[in-house]
Amino acid sequence: MSPVSWIDVHRVLPELCWCGFGVVLMLLQPFLKNRQGLTFVALIGAAAGTLITSIAAYGSGFNGLVQFDTFSLFFHWLVGLIAFLVILASDSYLEREGLEPAEFYALILFATAGMGVLASAQELLTAFIGLEMSSISSYVLAGYRRDSIKSSESAMKYFLLGSFATAFFLYGIALVYGATGSTYLSKFAEAEPSGNLMRLGLTLILIGLGFKVAAAPFQIWTPDVYEGAPTPVTALFSAGPKAATFALLLRIFGTSQAATDFWVWAFWILAVLTMFAGNLGALVQSNVKRMLAYSSIAHAGYTLVAFAAVTTMKTNPDGPVPAYGAVLFYLASYSLVSVGAFTIVSELGGKGERHLTQDDYAGLGTRQPFAAAALSLFLLSLLGLPITAGFFGKLYIFNVAIKSSLLWLALLMAINSIIGAYYYLRVIVVMYMHDYKGPVPTEAAQGLSPTAAMVVTVAAIITVYLGLLPNHVLGLLISQNPMVTTR
Amino acid sequence: MALTGHLLSLLIFFPALGALALLFLRKDDESWIRWLTFAVSVVEFLASLALLGKVTIGTAGYSLEEFSRWVASPAINYHLGVDGISLFLVILTTFLTPICVMSSWHGVHHRIKEFHVMLLLLEVGIVGVFLSLDLFLFFLFWEVMLIPMAFLIGIWGHDRRIYAAVKFVLYTMAGSILMLVGIIWLYNATGTFDLPAIQKMIQRGTLLLPARTEMILFLAFFVAFAIKVPLFPLHTWLPDAHVEAPTAGSIILAGVLLKMGTYGMIRFCLPLFPDASHRAAPWVALLAIIGIIYGALVALVQPNLKKLVAYSSVSHLGFVVLGIFAFTNISLQGAVYQMLAHGISTGALFLLVGMLYDRRHTFEITEYGGLSTPMPRLAAFFLFVALSSLGLPMLNGFVGEYLILLGTYPVHWKWAAWAATGVILSACYLLWAYQRVFFGEVTHQRNRELPDTSSRENWMLVTLAVVTLWMGIGSPFFTRRFGASCETVLQQMNRNVMHEVSQPVLPEQSRGRAAENSAERVAIVR
Repeated sequence: MSPVSWIDVHRVLPELCWCGFGVVLMLLQPFLKNRQGLTFVALIGAAAGTLITSIAAYGSGFNGLVQFDTFSLFFHWLVGLIAFLVILASDSYLEREGLEPAEFYALILFATAGMGVLASAQELLTAFIGLEMSSISSYVLAGYRRDSIKSSESAMKYFLLGSFATAFFLYGIALVYGATGSTYLSKFAEAEPSGNLMRLGLTLILIGLGFKVAAAPFQIWTPDVYEGAPTPVTALFSAGPKAATFALLLRIFGTSQAATDFWVWAFWILAVLTMFAGNLGALVQSNVKRMLAYSSIAHAGYTLVAFAAVTTMKTNPDGPVPAYGAVLFYLASYSLVSVGAFTIVSELGGKGERHLTQDDYAGLGTRQPFAAAALSLFLLSLLGLPITAGFFGKLYIFNVAIKSSLLWLALLMAINSIIGAYYYLRVIVVMYMHDYKGPVPTEAAQGLSPTAAMVVTVAAIITVYLGLLPNHVLGLLISQNPMVTTR
Repeated sequence: MALTGHLLSLLIFFPALGALALLFLRKDDESWIRWLTFAVSVVEFLASLALLGKVTIGTAGYSLEEFSRWVASPAINYHLGVDGISLFLVILTTFLTPICVMSSWHGVHHRIKEFHVMLLLLEVGIVGVFLSLDLFLFFLFWEVMLIPMAFLIGIWGHDRRIYAAVKFVLYTMAGSILMLVGIIWLYNATGTFDLPAIQKMIQRGTLLLPARTEMILFLAFFVAFAIKVPLFPLHTWLPDAHVEAPTAGSIILAGVLLKMGTYGMIRFCLPLFPDASHRAAPWVALLAIIGIIYGALVALVQPNLKKLVAYSSVSHLGFVVLGIFAFTNISLQGAVYQMLAHGISTGALFLLVGMLYDRRHTFEITEYGGLSTPMPRLAAFFLFVALSSLGLPMLNGFVGEYLILLGTYPVHWKWAAWAATGVILSACYLLWAYQRVFFGEVTHQRNRELPDTSSRENWMLVTLAVVTLWMGIGSPFFTRRFGASCETVLQQMNRNVMHEVSQPVLPEQSRGRAAENSAERVAIVR
């Protein structure tokens, strides 16, 4: 055990930055009454934490508790960008709903710091701290609309079930510790692969994290929590914590420990259940926000398909690296699209989020051409149509699944994509082909606020960019194993 | 010269530029929007005619190839090329698009800007499909084209338009996602998406697919194409899509979109999976023949004129599939010819039906009757087009059907015999429908005052009629240009079969020798 040095601090600079700005925001609140000023500070915080990753050097710190490598660089950029976009999108939302901005932004930044820790953790208890940082902030954010019953229900449900899942995760850590005598991920490789204690521990960890990423059969909470939470927060939930938890899952199950038939089947079943639960659920929704919540479950399922491919790495000629790439690319493409889509839903919802059903979207193509066009783009990306990010995301997952001889899984994923096509297209059909009946909602008639329009534009540009030139990002991820510390 | 080097890219993306330009026009500048779209599509057509000079007569292989890397991993290339078969399909597309613009001059009244943007984007997708030589690129255009078509049906269509649009998209997507899995499977087996490269591997025997795998892959591609064609049990989307689509949508749908399916069979199914194609051929032919007869019988009893034309497409496309899967040079040439002829004559039929609809707002045959009295010109054109569609000699439909039957007869005379009943039936349903609509007394008073064709309509119809006649009597102009390409497709298949017969089992180490053997054999064949 060497004492903590400046180098160690270097590895967690982004987290420190995010937390620091979070504290500053809370302190500023009594002095700075201006909402836009606070938004501005929060944006600077999110951006600074993201950009500072470029000076953070690769390597491990705090005696190997965290490791900064391409993998964590990628996720820091991703969660940082998500936080930035969500804060920008929240500005008009907080004004409309009359909510206090300072704590809201601070909580987003704390949650983001927690996600950062999750992405670079090399040790389970550190990961646990990251998970709790992000979860506890999330519980509060879910209930931020205090006067709304739905929002409170959402927070309560998320908190109770989330704590339950955390307990599973902790118990899993305890068992793994019993099996290996260590909580370091690097020590896993030395453990006996088929040891029952180890396997049970990892199963409990999988259940705990499966809850956080909304994998079936642990997804029951998702639609209610996503629907009740303030929509910008839903955008955050569907993107940030999910991506970061997937990062941790990949760190844990990307080891040789998991390269056994047992885990292939575990992820196989998890993926199939999740895909069907999400898609079949979304099929019958008339509330767009809730439909997107179910769709987020479905997309977790697609990501898990790539996990099944990760765990077949022994039979895989190129090792697990292409499968890592598929997971990472998919998370990036899904997260940004999801933030964009939820931002539009948030803006169209109107005061008190009353306009969320499909009927409220009727005729949007003529009433608000920009919002409708952007939402169509995002939906088509979720559907996986070419020249959008979602298409290449799906393509890479298909590719690694077939490469790992998981042909049936690929076929089931294809079937799910078709089910998905139906409910995504339905929204587009409603927007462009139905006429709006009833009074025009006054709030929604104004169009997107400038800040939300910015978020949507950025998300749309990234969606098309990843759909046209996916290689710029993916090349970085698969040129070498992203989990090694050499640049 | 740099421009001609990228002629194909230009052809694909010029309409997209036009669509972009449209976005900058004001919504209510209706005539500007129409004229600009028309100008763009005419320029596109003229540019596509330049391809005629670039494809050398009597040689196969691709001309004007463009190749550049797009995505490094998986290795996706931007690979374009044109040969005799795709040449005319591209020209057909660019020829029908200006006609679509003209046909909607008075038929489309709302959201005019979006309509024309969609029309041009659709052209981008279709031309892209025909010119792509990279499996992935092909798939990309194949999918991209769906959305504008769905919008055309769903926004500007008739009463049940939304149902038809969604059905159209879901059917196509269900097929294409299976094709995507097949494409990726093929990529993992070969390491490339490049169509000529994969063809070469299969021909040389460096890629040997086990019979079962080949069949599964064949089906993954074939089902996607069969849905598009549409082949018999998968055709149920077509009547809905056709009846509900606006006139322009129907013209493009029948004229070109259906051909993407048969084009895909020729371009991908046959050369990539020759053995599976041979094994599946009897079943495919059976479905094609059922389609021919079933389509014709349903057309016979249709009370709805547009649906009648739609079912006639099912019947005619059955001929094309039969011609493809008879595997003779003549039948294949006939199939390609029939694709072009059907594009022109069914496009023209939908145009005429659309004109009737513009005047009376109904497709019911019983609402018409005796129309040749108030509008003799339209009646004359309709007769001309109907005759070409039912395969009257000297007109375009005859050449295709005749070649298909001629080519099929020596190898499978039973197929030809059954299919020939379709020719008779097509005469029945078309002439009977013609009689009910145009001959006899004018039964509805309203029909007495219907105006005859306007000069705009005359222009479109005369153009189509001239092409119909030209294709009927000047067929060598076309067959000379795609004959060699058809021959190549068959060679690619048969070579492989011969090679399979001579080397039934290929152990690992003898693969190289086998490849040499087949190369020698090819030399002898030549």
